Amino acid sequence: MGRSGKTMTINNSSALCIEQLSYAYSGKKALDQVSFSIQAGECTLLLGPNGAGKSTLFSLITRLYDSREGQISLCGYDIKRQTRLALAKLGVVFQQSTLDMDLTVLQNLLYHTALHGIARKVALPRIQQELERLNMFERRFEKIRQLNGGHRRRVEIARALLHKPALLLLDEPTVGLDVPSRLAIVDYVHQLATEENLAVLWASHLIDEIFPDDHLVVLHKGCVKAKGTVDEVLAATESTSIKDAFYNLTKGEAS
Amino acid sequence: MNFLHYWCAMSGIIGRELWRFITQRERFISALVRPLIWLFVFAAGFRAALGLAITPPYETYILYEVYITPGLIGMIQLFNGMQSSLSMVYDREMGSMRILMVCPLPRWFLLLSKLLAGTFVSILQVYVFLGIAWFYDIHAPWQGYLWVIPTLMLSGLMLGALGLLLSSFIKQLENFAGVMNFVIFPMFFMSTALYPLWKMKESSALLATLAEYNPFSQAVELIRFALYGQFNQQAFFYTLGAFIVFMAAAIVGYNPSKGMMSKKGGA
Repeated sequence: MGRSGKTMTINNSSALCIEQLSYAYSGKKALDQVSFSIQAGECTLLLGPNGAGKSTLFSLITRLYDSREGQISLCGYDIKRQTRLALAKLGVVFQQSTLDMDLTVLQNLLYHTALHGIARKVALPRIQQELERLNMFERRFEKIRQLNGGHRRRVEIARALLHKPALLLLDEPTVGLDVPSRLAIVDYVHQLATEENLAVLWASHLIDEIFPDDHLVVLHKGCVKAKGTVDEVLAATESTSIKDAFYNLTKGEAS
Repeated sequence: MNFLHYWCAMSGIIGRELWRFITQRERFISALVRPLIWLFVFAAGFRAALGLAITPPYETYILYEVYITPGLIGMIQLFNGMQSSLSMVYDREMGSMRILMVCPLPRWFLLLSKLLAGTFVSILQVYVFLGIAWFYDIHAPWQGYLWVIPTLMLSGLMLGALGLLLSSFIKQLENFAGVMNFVIFPMFFMSTALYPLWKMKESSALLATLAEYNPFSQAVELIRFALYGQFNQQAFFYTLGAFIVFMAAAIVGYNPSKGMMSKKGGA
């Protein structure tokens, strides 16, 4: 849908479209008039220091909370009014592991496909395909408890893709991983975006996870401070490196 | 296609819960030991202290152990319902509740599936308990063992829905001790599980009234009558009504715009 979508209105072709989104916890604003969109095949990094509102934004996109102001749509489906159609397009990797420790890799994945109404016959080859791409297929009968952090993450990424979503959300998926595991996951997700034409929204505060072709959304104190391609953000902030740009964007009014 | 999706998801949720129950042996054993201690120790000691008149559904004089058995079945389901609420809080803290909540099905259906899963687990426990009780010479007519299945479904759903409702309020795992003190114990002791209503009236009219309106009592009476092949209509409607109320409240509690989740729950 990505290529042909470009000629259509942006609103319809966007894998994710967020408009004027605000959210407050008991009076304190966590998100303030946030707007941005992601197209198919784009990898967008959501950068922001701790407490910038990244997790709140993710909770709103996954509809754990309900937004009162603003709009979120996935592939043109409004998350509030067409919740199920929208959620069907969404794959999520949460910050904390959400796997069942005492079940095997395969059992965890089959549970997910059951929730998405995928029959076992269809699910099994898909599981094989996703696990093979991550070199995890031969470990499918192992319990999650026996896997290391990097491998658990791989299982979660495989799981998020089983129902063929259009948008993949990752909430700081590399936290607590060693450098090789981190790099492997960063590479793999970028590869997914280009090869599978998948839209990716990746929350992070690690600057080295950015690729030159990525799009950025810099969030600070609930506001979007900058958005666009890496070059656009560099130009707008008159910086030479992302590190400087990020520092400049988030230093002001820091409490 | 849509119906299939629902069916797939429900059997997935129930299968996962049953599998987890079977593999967690400690949970299985502790769920059994609790009512067995009540049966073997408490009931045996209490037998002498309590004289029971003949009340329906019983047709002869019965031993206290026989009287207490339906109450202990209720206890199994009560603990199971509360435990599944505990596991729901745990799931929410650990995040696996989120996986359930982002799947493209209506939330009430997901919660109901979760409840059914817990109820099936409790029915398994009940039958193992009844099996052991049988060797302890507590026998019900064989039809009773069949009639009790639908009542166990209803009572299990009702108590599970109560647990679900509580889980939407409880923010942290540690609060389970509070659930023990403020929900499980009062519900269990203020009921007809351990002593019949008329006996309670002799000592305290207020207590008897409270016990009468306690949904747990009604669930226990429903089970008691079913175990002897009889249908207690009042208990049935009362339990059903309680289930509907608790379930509706729980669904509101898990609604993203109205319930507790929006008040900074879930992390």
